Amino acid sequence: MPTVIKPKHQRLVLLVIALAVLIAAGLLAAWALRNQASYFYVPSEIATAPPEVTRAVRLGGMVEKGSLRTDADGVTIHFVVGDGKARVPVRFAGIAPSLFVEGSGVVAEGRMAPDGTFVADNLLAKHDENYVPRELQDMTEHQKREIVAETTDTR
Amino acid sequence: MIAEFGLVALWLAGALALLQLVAGAVGLSKGGEALSGLVRPVAAAQGVLALVSFATLVALFARTDLSVKLVAMNSHSAKPMIYKIAGAWGNHEGSMLLWVMVMGLAGAFVAMVERRLPERTMLATLAGQAFVSLGFYAFLLLSSNPFERLVTPPPEGNGLNPLLQDMGLAFHPPTLYFGYVGLSVAFSFAIGALVTREVGPAFARAMRPWVLGAWIFLTIGITAGSYWAYYELGWGGWWFWDPVENASLMPWLAATALLHSASVLASRDALRAWTVMLGVVAFSMSMVGTFLVRSGILTSVHAFAVDPERGSFILALLAINIGGALTLFALRAGTVTEGKRFAPISREGALVFNNVMLSAILGIILFGTLYPLVTEAFDTRVSVGPPYFNPVSAVFFVPMLLVLAVGPLLRWRRDRLDRVGKVVAIPALLALGVAAFLIGRGVSLLPYVGMALAAGLAVASVLPLRERNLRRTPLAVWGMVAAHLGVAVALFGMASDSAFKVERLVALRAGEATQVGPWKVMLKSVRPVAGPNWTAMEADMFASYEGGIVTEIRPQARSFWAPLQQTTESALVTRWNGQLYAVIGEEAPGSPGDGRWQLRLWWKPFVTLIWYGGLLIAFGGLLALIGRVASDLRRFAARGKIACRRERQGR
Repeated sequence: MPTVIKPKHQRLVLLVIALAVLIAAGLLAAWALRNQASYFYVPSEIATAPPEVTRAVRLGGMVEKGSLRTDADGVTIHFVVGDGKARVPVRFAGIAPSLFVEGSGVVAEGRMAPDGTFVADNLLAKHDENYVPRELQDMTEHQKREIVAETTDTR
Repeated sequence: MIAEFGLVALWLAGALALLQLVAGAVGLSKGGEALSGLVRPVAAAQGVLALVSFATLVALFARTDLSVKLVAMNSHSAKPMIYKIAGAWGNHEGSMLLWVMVMGLAGAFVAMVERRLPERTMLATLAGQAFVSLGFYAFLLLSSNPFERLVTPPPEGNGLNPLLQDMGLAFHPPTLYFGYVGLSVAFSFAIGALVTREVGPAFARAMRPWVLGAWIFLTIGITAGSYWAYYELGWGGWWFWDPVENASLMPWLAATALLHSASVLASRDALRAWTVMLGVVAFSMSMVGTFLVRSGILTSVHAFAVDPERGSFILALLAINIGGALTLFALRAGTVTEGKRFAPISREGALVFNNVMLSAILGIILFGTLYPLVTEAFDTRVSVGPPYFNPVSAVFFVPMLLVLAVGPLLRWRRDRLDRVGKVVAIPALLALGVAAFLIGRGVSLLPYVGMALAAGLAVASVLPLRERNLRRTPLAVWGMVAAHLGVAVALFGMASDSAFKVERLVALRAGEATQVGPWKVMLKSVRPVAGPNWTAMEADMFASYEGGIVTEIRPQARSFWAPLQQTTESALVTRWNGQLYAVIGEEAPGSPGDGRWQLRLWWKPFVTLIWYGGLLIAFGGLLALIGRVASDLRRFAARGKIACRRERQGR
């Protein structure tokens, strides 16, 4: 260990080390983001190019009317999400958001199972009258109007 | 009339901020010294006017004056009084007014109390503070006037988002704002020091209480926010890596780094440029946080403003403040003289290492938070969650904790590892013991490492007290020990929750029971109940821990009608070793008349340690703050005595 370091050198060494660590952190972040970010899919995208089975993704679309059914355990539900071009069966075990109903928009977080079913860990539905899941904002005007009409119903 | 009064006070405060900036700038220039006497009183007056304006808004909300647009949009006459008042800052305009009010008061306090720094540095500091405030005054007055009137007042207000109708709301945003604004004072000190090239221990000592105060508030705010999300959102999680949470975590990380580097500068006169840089970064992160939360770029309960004009306004403020400060830093950093030297293995060395680690974690969280916004510009929608944040930040968090265990035991300037080796062996062995004990118990990597580290760190954090006379140990050292112990406690809670929690999702009929971990939970009945502005389905359940005493719990699924919304009121049973967490869903679909109700239950061992740890960290900060301020006061009094004596001796 050299006992005498010039102050200027010390500052330079510190700066270089700090920069190196921060750049390493940046590179690590960039690499991890490419691998770990969860992409948003609509059903037609899943039909044409499905994500790998292990990858966490989000699926957004409309819950098809008449597709919702519940297993005997009372907590596992099955439904179909469609976007007018393709349909994806979804399975979810848990407490669905209270405004989750057939015919409304939904965003499901989860991953594809090998059998082509989407296994959701979480469902995001509208939870107040001003909120539309961000991913649904870009759907066609018609679909949007449909969602708004469905989900602002005050039943 | 009240609303107009508040608006006038706000305009006047804005005008005084302008005067403070101009007088400060002119006072710094040659020949302008005459104006410099104006700066402190103007800063004080500005703070008082901002307070008056804010008090006016609170009064309007308390009276539910529906002719004011903001009240009509966000309040309702049937709300309980506490939420009417809290509602004053539970919206975009009100929260920005709260911000300028706190900022004005902080500036006034600095102007009245701080006398240690050279007067020129103080002028530059107060002018800097005025510059930052001016941006916010402009923002309020030009694009988000909280006092706007309605021509025809509606018969009733819109109400407040029910998720926000909670005691959490009353305290959570103001706490975070105190933190953000404390960092703005630190930022102003950094600007003042840079402008007058007075970056030294005196600057660090003047800045430190503000950083400490800000850091305490941020710690409490984050802890409270996490607990609020835990029991209010009903998902059983305590941290979601939501951009809004990250927006409060990033300034905290920067403030933590700043706190430690300011200590080095104050006591060892090293890390000069680095401390100034962190001062700029910490406030920049507060601004980024405010931008993310308030611009409407994110959809969440926090995003009140969905007006793109406002988003651009905050973005412009952000660019001006950060860009300006960084330019100033680039111009002046070269002239900041070198501080004292130190060897790599020394207290300073450990602090520098952890500063760099904290900055790296900050960078990683910033990247992950902004990435979805960037990709969205290219029309790819992604969300970034725990699979990214947990492992990637752990890469830097784990080495930081290791150094955290050793650092406080090292001597300043130069030390040898073999000197502390024997002492560190105790916590190291304990950590290895825990690690060995946990092998083969199906604990995944991160909680495994977390448990072992937490055990070691808990012991290591109290080691600095050994061989000390405990009654003479300065409060600041106690504070450090408490805060570091708090990190260990919180880490243990996090690791334990993620390793050992048990979840049970069932549909039960009245009278049926289920088991979750050591708990037996029986559903007695489900019935409708009503509150002042909601109705709910309430489950009546009996829970007993390992066949022990039966506790009655009542989770609810609430429906609010103004505005229309559903919320989950979870029910918690807290024991010393963890919490039972119960949520009721809907009547099991597909089987009407069957009478089964969805229940979601968790047993979360030691989960409460997360928040106790957070509070312990804040408590440590408080001890340190009291210690610092008390010793400043003693020094102040001593100096007064000396001056007095000199005067008597006829000097």
